[in-house]
Amino acid sequence: MDANAAKLIGAGIACIGMGGAGIGVGLIFGNFLSGALRNPAAAGAQFTNALIGAALAEGLGIFSLVVALLLLFVK
Amino acid sequence: MVNDPIHQFRIHPILGPWNVFGQEIAFTNSNLFMGIIVLVVVGFLLLASNKKALVPGRLQSVGEMWYNLVHNMVENVLGHEGAPFFPLVFSLFSFVLVANMLGMFPYFFTVTSHVIVTASLAVFVVGLVVVVGIYKHGLGWFKLFVPSGVPLAILPLISLIEFISFLSRPISLGLRLFGNMLAGHIVLKVFAGFVVSLVALGIGGAIGSIAPLFMAVALTALEFLVAFLQAFVFAILTCVYLNDALHTHH
Repeated sequence: MDANAAKLIGAGIACIGMGGAGIGVGLIFGNFLSGALRNPAAAGAQFTNALIGAALAEGLGIFSLVVALLLLFVK
Repeated sequence: MVNDPIHQFRIHPILGPWNVFGQEIAFTNSNLFMGIIVLVVVGFLLLASNKKALVPGRLQSVGEMWYNLVHNMVENVLGHEGAPFFPLVFSLFSFVLVANMLGMFPYFFTVTSHVIVTASLAVFVVGLVVVVGIYKHGLGWFKLFVPSGVPLAILPLISLIEFISFLSRPISLGLRLFGNMLAGHIVLKVFAGFVVSLVALGIGGAIGSIAPLFMAVALTALEFLVAFLQAFVFAILTCVYLNDALHTHH
């Protein structure tokens, strides 16, 4: 296999990691919503915590995107 | 290539480059937009607080919301001891917010889509956490890495994990903002590129190009949300990390 093709395949594989981040962010907001619907009075105060959790989960997905971009564009 | 989605991130010198002590220094479009960001923030807040009316007008309301958002954030996460850090968090939030928002305009340069900018901010924040922590608590601050109530047998392992997670903070803080802005702008460019290449196919393509055009419009709205959210997240994570420096109980 020539090196460039391997690079492109590697970038594609690296992007699979973003699916994990998607699952994580979905779990966080899904659970936040189900909790918020049970107890709407307490929901407002916890929204910031939900955002922090989502940001932390999303950051890990961004790592895999950055790896993919490095493979694609760094010569 | 015209449709190259990376082309928009190119830094080019506007003035210079000059040779200063063997180092090439130039005034680039990145510098220009950082200057514009500072002018926008300062100008807007001066204009908003100009009247100081008891019943705020539209402009003053936005200024007050902006201020209160950050003030409540610092108050909730850091408490009263966080008051000295309010100006820092407010500056970081304003800079990142206006940088992200200005980047949404066509042909404007997005400062935060460069890892060197976001990484410098992140390293500064985490460096500040270390300095403030050691200044406030002395060497006792290192108890941050030794959680209480952990059995002695696994304590070295836990400490190592805590240490590595602390070291990864500047990386994740910087890369999150950088990655979000970079990815968002690339996606916008790619969908806009779909429109162009579909229209080039002829009349059928032109009708089909409505789909990616709608998508590009919807993504622009999403990107405005992300631009605000990432500035908010950057500011609140700064508060959360500073909280480790101010209160060591783990």
